[in-house]
Amino acid sequence: MLLTYYFWIKAVKSGSIMWSASCALAYFYMVSSWGGYVFLINLIPLHVLALMFTGHFSHRVYVAYSTVYILGTILSMQIPFVGFQPVQSSEHMLAFGTFGLCQLFSFIEYVKSKLTKTQFDTLFSFALVTVGFAAAGAGVVLWASGKIAPWTGRFYALLDPSYAKNHIPIIASVSEHQPTAWSSFFFDFELLVFMFPVGIYYCFKELTDANIFIIMYGMTSIYFAGVMVRLMLVLAPVMCVLSGIGISSVLTTYMRNLDVNQLKKSVTSTAQSSTRARRNDDSSSYPRKNEIAFGVVCMMTFFLMTYVFHCTWVTSEAYSSPSIVLSARSGDGSRYIFDDFREAYWWLRYNTDEDAKVMSWWDYGYQITAMANRTILVDNNTWNNTHISRVGQAMSSTEDKAYEIMRELDVDYVLVIFGGLIGYSSDDINKFLWMVRIGGSTEKGAHIKESDYFTPQGEFRVDKSGSPTLLNCLMYKLSYYRFGETYTEQDKPPGYDRTRSVEIGNKNFELEKLEEAYTTEHWLVRI
Amino acid sequence: MSQVGQVVGILRKLNEEYQSSTPKKLKLIDAYLVYVLLTGIVQFAYCLLVGTFPFNSFLSGFISTVGCFVLAASLRIQLNKANQSVFNVSPERAFADFVFAHIILHLVVVNFIG
Repeated sequence: MLLTYYFWIKAVKSGSIMWSASCALAYFYMVSSWGGYVFLINLIPLHVLALMFTGHFSHRVYVAYSTVYILGTILSMQIPFVGFQPVQSSEHMLAFGTFGLCQLFSFIEYVKSKLTKTQFDTLFSFALVTVGFAAAGAGVVLWASGKIAPWTGRFYALLDPSYAKNHIPIIASVSEHQPTAWSSFFFDFELLVFMFPVGIYYCFKELTDANIFIIMYGMTSIYFAGVMVRLMLVLAPVMCVLSGIGISSVLTTYMRNLDVNQLKKSVTSTAQSSTRARRNDDSSSYPRKNEIAFGVVCMMTFFLMTYVFHCTWVTSEAYSSPSIVLSARSGDGSRYIFDDFREAYWWLRYNTDEDAKVMSWWDYGYQITAMANRTILVDNNTWNNTHISRVGQAMSSTEDKAYEIMRELDVDYVLVIFGGLIGYSSDDINKFLWMVRIGGSTEKGAHIKESDYFTPQGEFRVDKSGSPTLLNCLMYKLSYYRFGETYTEQDKPPGYDRTRSVEIGNKNFELEKLEEAYTTEHWLVRI
Repeated sequence: MSQVGQVVGILRKLNEEYQSSTPKKLKLIDAYLVYVLLTGIVQFAYCLLVGTFPFNSFLSGFISTVGCFVLAASLRIQLNKANQSVFNVSPERAFADFVFAHIILHLVVVNFIG
């Protein structure tokens, strides 16, 4: 993404086709890696439109944008996931429209340069009436007949954040899609949060083509980062760039006032008068320039040093631990490792048929595919909502109904994550309500209602007072099979779930349609 | 009616001005642009008449014409002496860039045409 933007700025500044072609190639790389390429293909046309409105539209911009759009579009259509979307879906229409506008603008400029004003005016009004109406009519026909598809769910949710919650539970279920708390901004960015507006101010002071781009990038990405936590990663580079502009501008302004010679010149009198004269020559006069400049520079240095300390601390605390191997401190302070995930995946890899199919929740899809090398039903791409919903229905139904669904999907193994023995809180029982919501969101799962899984008082409980539907569903049975006889903590009855801190309600049951294949050392993964 | 007459007069004047003031090199590029435009119109008309069945082939061919048009127009802009102040590329560099972009365009078009 940054490479694309870098080449784009280079292309706009130089007007060379080579930089524009490189920008298109970098854009192709971006399209092949992340669905967030839609942000690029909308920001670049927005930038061109902003340049048009502020009167900065020049031949360089025409050359840059036309080349980038044409090469970028045909390159992006090579990716199967994108296919024909650039000419059919609403998300790409802005780029298409701006392309047409560019051609029109340039052509009008060219004709204007060849005619006098009055001649140009008559020609222009004539063309506007004929061509304009035809084009507008064609556009309305295309939109009304549905040939241009409306915005897809995941991007519409960015403009209307309540859309996902009401219509598409699977988008609402991902924790990374929640709105960002201000504390995450400070946790990730610290000083940059304050230097970001300073950088924008300095960009406004000197409006070049590139500065307009960075302002737009900054404003759009800060809006999107506020809507969805995951998009902080789009905001991070532009935060750094704008803060860098801010800090360096502040330092340049104040360093200019630093008068190192004044310390030495207090010895000789002639030098003293010359310093005084120099002081009077400065355009904006306020007393004690040197001291204030020194103070500001020291303050900025202090901020930058604390920023470095903060960043290294945050990286070591929050961003350095793998989530596939868990660790905890035991009573005497030594580290205890839970390697259950890998244990289970290796068991799958070496003890099952090569064409065995594993059913699990979509969170573990990529891990099972990569480490256990087995076929799974749904994975983190969450591409097929109906299929995921079917898996959710299987997990939420009783064992008999679930067996029918599993036979239909040709499943050999079911994998669940259970944290009750060690107190691991990201297990499938804690995620279960999302499985119920997603399972009930499609046609075949219409009989699954979330309220059935709560107690009459509206609580989600797994103990004796839990709802019978919950206590007999497949997920419950697979998680708590044989758990009723297990002792987990001192002074607690057998079957005490350490994550939910309750004794489970349905203890001594047998599985009729499935059998237990493997449970890892700390019962984290059960197959 | 008189407006149409006026427009026709203006267009004729535009044509005269164009013939006299444009250097030969640029006129050559303009002829190429007209040719590419005609190919594009023919492709689009064919698509409207016969239907879009191999949609990827249609798109690939059509984008190829639009791409050639845009690249040639950009080359013309860069070679025009009047615009020398806006760019800082030499004519040789402009042509080399043009060839580079064309290589990429045609590689992708051939891959996409199916």
